[in-house]
Amino acid sequence: MDMIKPGISVDYAGNATIMRFTDEKILEEQDIKALSESIMSVIEQAVRINLILDFDNVRFLSSAVLGLLIRVSKRIYEHDGQLGLCNINPKIYEIFKITRLTKTFDIYNSIESAKEGLSEPN
Amino acid sequence: MASKAPINCSIVVESKSSAVVDVCKEILEKLEENKFDKDDIFAVHLTFEEAFLNAVKHGNKNDPTKKVKIDYSVTPEKVEITITDEGEGFEPESVDDPRFGKGLYEPGGRGLLLMNSYMDIVKYNEQGNSVYMVRYKEKPSLREDQTQIQV
Repeated sequence: MDMIKPGISVDYAGNATIMRFTDEKILEEQDIKALSESIMSVIEQAVRINLILDFDNVRFLSSAVLGLLIRVSKRIYEHDGQLGLCNINPKIYEIFKITRLTKTFDIYNSIESAKEGLSEPN
Repeated sequence: MASKAPINCSIVVESKSSAVVDVCKEILEKLEENKFDKDDIFAVHLTFEEAFLNAVKHGNKNDPTKKVKIDYSVTPEKVEITITDEGEGFEPESVDDPRFGKGLYEPGGRGLLLMNSYMDIVKYNEQGNSVYMVRYKEKPSLREDQTQIQV
């Protein structure tokens, strides 16, 4: 597992790339920008990436992170890849529900279910 | 019994995103002292971050020479927060709903929706450079207040 600063780790499992947010709070604009660069870099280096973003450690985020996720999803779909989000804490999930982003993103309960979901044909 | 007395505070900070940390911490500590639960603290934390960053980014246009003013009061019943920037203001009604149409796929525009969702009252001044927000600890009293405001 590789650690990328700030606040995200990368793991590879079969045909899935798992990026795990390591910070409990994702708020600072500079951190979000750095996270964006890290994630985009991994997407660019892959061919048709199946990316799973793991929120298990995350207890708080701002709407700027939602913007980051939108940009990430657009980039992935441009590259014919797939994106899944998983392990989202109930309070954070509420934010996704309020903003109706539960309609936009594929959200799974666990990394395993995300891997299964993303292994199915587009 | 300090937690029973209304706490009024007014703070002026530099218009930079990092300035949110100390003020937010101060307000959240007051909420804890006044026995607000975790949901309330999460809601106020989220909305304060969103409103403050709106003031810095959209209100003061990231101009570090400008200031953001925060007025707040925490009582055992409710928390009231007013955030004022030095910008020209905006019309909240002109902001598209990010839940529908193209807005759903736009990176920005969700801050106001979250503020409206997590706070019981959100009102702007006429100029649109100051937002007043309230969250009540006990929700039944909210219905009366909301009705009054909507009339």
